Amino acid sequence: MQKSAIALTVAAMAAGVSLSASAETLTIATVNNGDMVRMQKLTDDFTSKNPDIELEWVTLEENALRQKVTTDIATKGGQFDVMTIGTYEVPIWADRDWLLPLEGLGDDYDVDDILPAIRGGLSVDDKLYAAPFYGESSMVMYRKDLMEKAGMEMPEAPTWEFIGKAARAMTDKDNEIYGVCLRGKAGWGENMAFLTATANSFGARWFDMDWNPQFDSQPWADTLNFYVDLMNDAGPPGSSSNGFNENLTLFQNGQCGMWIDATVAASFVTNADDSKVADQVGFALAPDNGLGKRGNWLWAWSLAIPAGTEKEESAKKFVAWATSKAYAELVAANEGWANVPPGTRTSLYENPEYQKVPFAAMTLASIQAADPTNPTVEEVPYVGVQFVAIPEFQGIATSVGQQFAAALAGQSSVEDALKNAQSLTERAMKKAGYPK
Amino acid sequence: MARQVTLNRRMVNTAVAWAFGLLIFFPILWTILTSFKTEAEAISLQPSLFDFDWTMENYQEVNSRSNYPRYFMNSVIIAFGSVILGLIIAVPAAWAMAFVPSKKTRGILMWMLSTKMLPPVGVLIPIYLLFRDWGLLDSRVGLVFVLTMVNLPIIVWMLFTYFREIPGEILEAARMDGASLKSELIHVLTPMALPGIASTMLLNVILAWNEAFWTLVLTTTNAAPLTQFIASYSSPEGLFYAKLSAASTMAIAPVLILGWFSQKQLVRGLTFGAVK
Amino acid sequence: MSTTHSRTAGKAMISPAVILLFLWMIVPLAMTLYFSFQFYNLLDPVKSFAGFANYEYFLTDPAFFEALGNTLIIVIGVLCITVIGGTLLALLLDQPMFGQGIVRLLFIAPFFVMPTVSALVWKNMFMNPTNGLFAFLSKLVGSTPIDWLGHHPLASIVMIVSWQWLPFATLILLTAMQSLDSEQIEAAEMDGASALSRFFHIIVPHLARAGTVVILIQTIFLLSIFAEILVTTAGGPGYASTNIPYLVYMQSLLQFDVGGGSAGGIVAVILANIVAIFLMRLVGKNLDL
Repeated sequence: MQKSAIALTVAAMAAGVSLSASAETLTIATVNNGDMVRMQKLTDDFTSKNPDIELEWVTLEENALRQKVTTDIATKGGQFDVMTIGTYEVPIWADRDWLLPLEGLGDDYDVDDILPAIRGGLSVDDKLYAAPFYGESSMVMYRKDLMEKAGMEMPEAPTWEFIGKAARAMTDKDNEIYGVCLRGKAGWGENMAFLTATANSFGARWFDMDWNPQFDSQPWADTLNFYVDLMNDAGPPGSSSNGFNENLTLFQNGQCGMWIDATVAASFVTNADDSKVADQVGFALAPDNGLGKRGNWLWAWSLAIPAGTEKEESAKKFVAWATSKAYAELVAANEGWANVPPGTRTSLYENPEYQKVPFAAMTLASIQAADPTNPTVEEVPYVGVQFVAIPEFQGIATSVGQQFAAALAGQSSVEDALKNAQSLTERAMKKAGYPK
Repeated sequence: MARQVTLNRRMVNTAVAWAFGLLIFFPILWTILTSFKTEAEAISLQPSLFDFDWTMENYQEVNSRSNYPRYFMNSVIIAFGSVILGLIIAVPAAWAMAFVPSKKTRGILMWMLSTKMLPPVGVLIPIYLLFRDWGLLDSRVGLVFVLTMVNLPIIVWMLFTYFREIPGEILEAARMDGASLKSELIHVLTPMALPGIASTMLLNVILAWNEAFWTLVLTTTNAAPLTQFIASYSSPEGLFYAKLSAASTMAIAPVLILGWFSQKQLVRGLTFGAVK
Repeated sequence: MSTTHSRTAGKAMISPAVILLFLWMIVPLAMTLYFSFQFYNLLDPVKSFAGFANYEYFLTDPAFFEALGNTLIIVIGVLCITVIGGTLLALLLDQPMFGQGIVRLLFIAPFFVMPTVSALVWKNMFMNPTNGLFAFLSKLVGSTPIDWLGHHPLASIVMIVSWQWLPFATLILLTAMQSLDSEQIEAAEMDGASALSRFFHIIVPHLARAGTVVILIQTIFLLSIFAEILVTTAGGPGYASTNIPYLVYMQSLLQFDVGGGSAGGIVAVILANIVAIFLMRLVGKNLDL
């Protein structure tokens, strides 16, 4: 009663400026990544087929987007009809019944065409809760010309030892060429994605079977020492502020010998419009240490519909359109096959046109090499390669990421960083009530 | 009597002041220049100041991706709306504080200012929940209200310090002449207070235009102002310096131009009672 | 001179502002206080009573004292730079010169720039140690580029924020300086006082009020500096550039720990009030309200 009175008063004060939303407007929250920006430009195709639906885009940087959609869905704010989320959120949110199961996406949608590794990550109890827009693993991207100049040859499946040697050999600081560019910017989706996946290949793990943090273990010390030494010897200056985008800029500008990062970057570094080194890029699997696990991750940016939406039909139509085979063809017709969102459908990799794309085979091989249900050398109580699928992970990993960034910047030693990481993780897990 | 200054000294002053002025202005100039470069040129290891191929492609790209006019209109409505509403509430309050002061006046003023010291993020979730319940999320009405509250202490403070400089005797004299409260307000007070109100309005429009916490948290599309527009260009994939510069230029230009044109009015009242 | 009648009128005129502000403050604050005694994570819909656990965790967080120190360093650092720099620039702008109007426009411009924009521009186009302009300049003179945000995160933030607030300080101090009676200076000149002693004995005392205002208004904004940190360093490396608002933000929106964030919010409110008391003493003395 009182509430509505206040709302009425406020509304009356500014009557005439408020804009009422039409019933058929879909508000779509998405990341400002290249593939999504392209989708935004191609929406005429969708709206011409569905003239009764209008699309509103909220395009934000990854972290800002995540905060917005999480706040919204957890408080049932209802501001979005379609949300772009990743493989980390889907199982947690689906478990809380926050997402609509995606059934009935249309006869020609062909759910079984989705790559099994990706589909598994987006399903709970065999129900699909988000449709993959693009999927990615990580791999090595390197400069063939610099590798040759250093007198070395990249194997298809390199070891970390080889990467270390090659990076130091390729470095030419006088000419601002750095042997390897790796993520250093703190964040669970930034440096910790890379370091967690790398740690897997060094035999490390986040938690033991009783949810005890493992940063005091030798494999973590090995991982972080290797990483910090390598970056000091062969990395670009300021790498503690470099995330995916900063490294992409460096690589495109010809300043990195190697870059180990998301497979989706391959289409950017081979695109001659933006990349100065487009014709010199080679690809290899993410490195390993002979322990049976490679340092590559698995991720899929996916479209999900919040439970309780009033626009279920329209939202499903849109999700089906954006993740369909026809959309891939639409992109191919407009921008070429290399720019099709990768890593979601088997049919794409069977398409002879797509097989001509230089990074297609390596992307598929990397995605298939990742195993989210069994990510580490030793047994763990969690799923996820470069993350731990518990709600507390993003907060903890971002703080741990800050500690590791401080070690990289030389603000603290590797030992101190690990010690801090261990104690802050213990605190946070205790507060969250683990072991559960 | 004006002090005599030699031409030499004037030249030196001019040179030094211009050097510092350009130094301080340089980041803005550089942003504007970069917005006309290609992305490759924008990160070139040999940057050039003016000698590059000027291009409009960044502006075209930004315009094709974002509905700039809508963001702009939202910024205008929210900034001016909140300041006008704030003035409606604050003018009587400041008037009373200046002309009918009581023992509590000072305390009230200080308390008002102290509410501005609280970090907004501490009350984010409560506000978000309240806005959800009242249906105010992503509405311009809601945002106008929030920014009014955020800037109200500053508005009251500025008006108070300005009104206080108006000599009470003038009002007394008007009253002696038998002027009614209404005519006192219209014919005596308003003309004297107008510069102060104008300056208060300008400063707070600038503050509201640039507010980047509530405007980002409480809006998505319908009410999204230019702060939201900028957020979609911060660190996307690929080269982005030139596009970011173009978007930045578009976001700051309106207020920069407004500020420059109204600089005299802005400065005149921007004393906060510091000048006797 | 004020009658009972005008007093009642005065109260009526003040009340809307006071009541609205009070509600705007107390309603969310009460909710925050309530949440601060709950285990409440946005991602975990089950709430339960927490006692003082949230406060305990927040206050024993190793980041807390570092953040407290950083908050003070940012406020004090920016105040020093803007007040001293502003005084010198005001002194400069007060001199006769050619094109004074345009110079003033150049000086005032940073104040009109959105904090997010200025942080993005400084971070990417100036402080980036490979592609930034600072790196280019230091390579030009043959030295190694400085990794600003990695090695001097707090100094970088102080620098960016100072750039934004320098125009404000300069303008207010300049206005105060222009109100200075020039005869007083001339008299001192006649007495043979040096430029330096004229500055310290006449100009500085005259600027005290203006300086107080600058300190008051800026402190209000500097205590809750947030966007600049979020955009440039995200509080790191480590906690090197985390201030209290950013720490509360991390709890609330990175960990979605509403309980912990609320406890942090209440702590921040208490700290802000302590600063406010100090500040108000200072202001009361210098502004004779």
